[in-house]
Amino acid sequence: MNRYSILGTALHRLAILCYMGFALFPLFWLLKVSVTPNDLLYSEGVRMWPSRMSFEHFRFVLAHSAFPVFFRNSMIVAGATAAIVTLLASLSGYALSRFTFRGKYWLVALMLLTQMFPLVMLVAPIFKMLSPLGLTNSLTGLVVVYTAFNIPFATFLMQSFFDGIPKELEEAAKIDGATQFMAFRQIILPLTLPGIAATLGFVFTAAWSELLFALMLISGNSAATFPVGLLTFVSKFSVDFGQMMAAGVLALIPACLFFLFIQRYLVQGLTAGAVKG
Amino acid sequence: MASIDIRNVRKNFGIVSVLHGVDLAIENGEFVVLVGPSGCGKSTLLRMIAGLEEVTEGEIRIDGTRVNERAPKDRDIAMVFQSYALYPHMNVAENMSYGLRIRKAASEKIAAAVGNAARKLELQPLLARRPKALSGGQRQRVAMGRAIVRQPKAFLFDEPLSNLDARLREQMRAEIKKLHRDLGATSIYVTHDQIEAMTLADRIVAMHEGVVQQVGSPLELYDRPANLFVAGFIGSPAMNFLLARYEVSAGTAGARLPDGTLIALSSGYQLEEGAAVTLGIRPEHVEMSPASEGSLRAAVDLIEPTGFGIILHLGLHGLPFNVFTLDRAALTAGPTVTVTFPPQHLHLFDETGKRALTSSLQQGKN
Ligand SMILES: Nc1ncnc2c1ncn2[C@@H]1O[C@H](COP(=O)(O)OP(=O)(O)O)[C@@H](O)[C@H]1O
Ligand SMILES: [Mg+2]
Repeated sequence: MNRYSILGTALHRLAILCYMGFALFPLFWLLKVSVTPNDLLYSEGVRMWPSRMSFEHFRFVLAHSAFPVFFRNSMIVAGATAAIVTLLASLSGYALSRFTFRGKYWLVALMLLTQMFPLVMLVAPIFKMLSPLGLTNSLTGLVVVYTAFNIPFATFLMQSFFDGIPKELEEAAKIDGATQFMAFRQIILPLTLPGIAATLGFVFTAAWSELLFALMLISGNSAATFPVGLLTFVSKFSVDFGQMMAAGVLALIPACLFFLFIQRYLVQGLTAGAVKG
Repeated sequence: MASIDIRNVRKNFGIVSVLHGVDLAIENGEFVVLVGPSGCGKSTLLRMIAGLEEVTEGEIRIDGTRVNERAPKDRDIAMVFQSYALYPHMNVAENMSYGLRIRKAASEKIAAAVGNAARKLELQPLLARRPKALSGGQRQRVAMGRAIVRQPKAFLFDEPLSNLDARLREQMRAEIKKLHRDLGATSIYVTHDQIEAMTLADRIVAMHEGVVQQVGSPLELYDRPANLFVAGFIGSPAMNFLLARYEVSAGTAGARLPDGTLIALSSGYQLEEGAAVTLGIRPEHVEMSPASEGSLRAAVDLIEPTGFGIILHLGLHGLPFNVFTLDRAALTAGPTVTVTFPPQHLHLFDETGKRALTSSLQQGKN
C-alpha cells in the first residue's frame, strides 16, 4: 500500500464515521434524555450524559401509561401489514417479472400513479369510505389502508428482485419435473429471501412509524398506535420529554429486533454462481 | 430413449415469424446438431421441443405421441443450458438429484443414480459444494450430471460449451461424445460453432433465418453443400466464391470469369450456355502451381501461419480469396502467386445461390 491509498482509506473511513455520527446522534440523544431524571433535565445545561442516571421514566411509561396498549396495537398493525403486503407483493411482483398479459402496461402505470399523490389529499375520502364500513377507529382499518398504500412500491421492489433471478433456473426446474408453482416455491422463493426480507423490513418500518392516517382514523386510546400515543405526552402546558423519550426508546426495540432477525437474509450474493462463469 | 418428429413447425413471436416450417425426423439414439448463425432460430426450436415455448403451428412428436400441449415436466427430456442454470441454493448432489426428488423416487435409487453420474463425470469430490464454489468447467459437468441422472428419453443441449475457454471446450466436446457413445441416448445439440457440429454430429441440421438449409452427415455437408449458405457456413477457413458464366466450348464445359479466364469444369452439368453461376472452392482444395491454362494470378495480401498449415489471404481482381496449404514454402510466397482449381473440387451454385448444381460425373461418384 502506498501513501496515497492509506490516505484515501483514512479519508474514506472518516467520511463514514462522520455520517454515522450524524445519523446516530439523535438516537443517542433520545437515549440520553430518557435516562435523565426530571430534576436534572433543565438544570445541568447541555451535557453528553447526565451526572445521575435513572430509569424512572421507563418505569412510569410501562406501568402507569397507556403505552403498552399503543405498543401492542402498533405490533399488530405493522406486523399484519408487513406480512400481507409482502405476500401479495411477492405474488404480483413475480407476475410482473415473468408473465406477459393484457393490460400489464396500464397496471404498472396505474400503480406508479398512486405513488404520486400527496397522502394528505386522501385523508378525507378515505375516512369517508371507511366510516360506513365501521373501519375507522379500528386496527383492521389501519391495516387495510397501510396495505393499500404499501403494495405498489413493495410490488416494484419484489419485481426487481425477481428480475435479478435468471429465467433459466425456473425453466430448468420445469424440465426437471416441477410445476410452475413448485418452481416458484422451491427455486425462486429461496433465492428471493433477501428481497422478501427487505420488503418486510421496509413495510414494517413504514407502518410502525405512520402518523397521519393513524391520527386521522383513530380516536381514543384503545386503537391508537404508538406514534399517536407519543403525542399523549404532550399536554397543553408541558411536554414530558423524559417519558416521551423513554417511550421512544422502547418503540425502537421491535424495529431493531426485526432487522436483527432479517439481516442475514438481507445479505446479497446468494444467486452468485447460478449462471455463467 | 426416443425418436423425435418435427412436422412443419412454425413459430411466431407476436407478428415476427422466427421459424418458417421445420421438418425433421430424429431417430432413436441419434446425435443431431442444429447449427446456424446466431438468431436463426435454433434455440427457439430446441425450446419448443422441451416445451418451454409454445408451438405456433405444426406438430412435435416424441416416440410417436404428440406433445405440443404437454408441459415440460411431462415430456421426460433433459436440457443443458448455455448458462448451466444450476440451482444456487443447492449443492452439487442436490442439484443433480432435484429431478428425482420431486418425482418422489426412492432414496436408494436417488443415491445410486447420483453416485453413478458423479463417477462418470468425476464429480465425487465436489458433491457437497455449492455452484458458487465451482469453476466454469465443473459447473458445466454438474449441468451434464443433472441431465443424465434422470435417464430421460432425450437430451437437449443449448450451446453448452460456449462459456468455456477453447481448451476446456475441446475437452468437454470429446466427453460429450463419449457420454453419448456410452448412454446412446437421443440427443439434440444446438451450436453456432461449425467445428462442434462437425465433430459431434451423426447428422447436422444447418439452419438459416428460420429455415432448414440442409440435413446430412458432417461429411455430406462438407463435400456436397446444398446451397451457398451451407457451403459458406461449414468449413474453416470458409469456402471461396467467384461469379462466372457457364460455357461449353469444343465439347468441354467451363466457367468464364469476368476477367475472361476459363475455368475447366467436370462435364455433365444440366445448364444452359451463358447461365450465371457461382463457383465455390474450399481454400484447402486450391492448388498453387506454375502458370498454365486456366490458372489465375492473385496478389498476396497476408500470410497467416497456423502452425499446422498456412493460410494465404489473396486478392483476386480485388476480391478476397483464401488458400490453405500445408506446404511451408508458401511462407515466402512472392507478391503474386498462381492458383488453379481442380475441377473435381469445384462447387457450382445457381444464380440465386439456393441450389447447388451437380454434374452427372459427381452424381456417379456419390
Ligand atoms: N421471447 C422472444 N420474443 C421475441 N423474439 C424472440 C424471442 N426469443 C427469440 N426471439 C427471436 O427469435 C429469433 C431466433 O432466436 P433464437 O432461437 O434464440 O436464435 P439462435 O438460438 O439461433 O441464436 C431471434 O431473432 C430472436 O430475436
Ligand atoms: Mg441460441
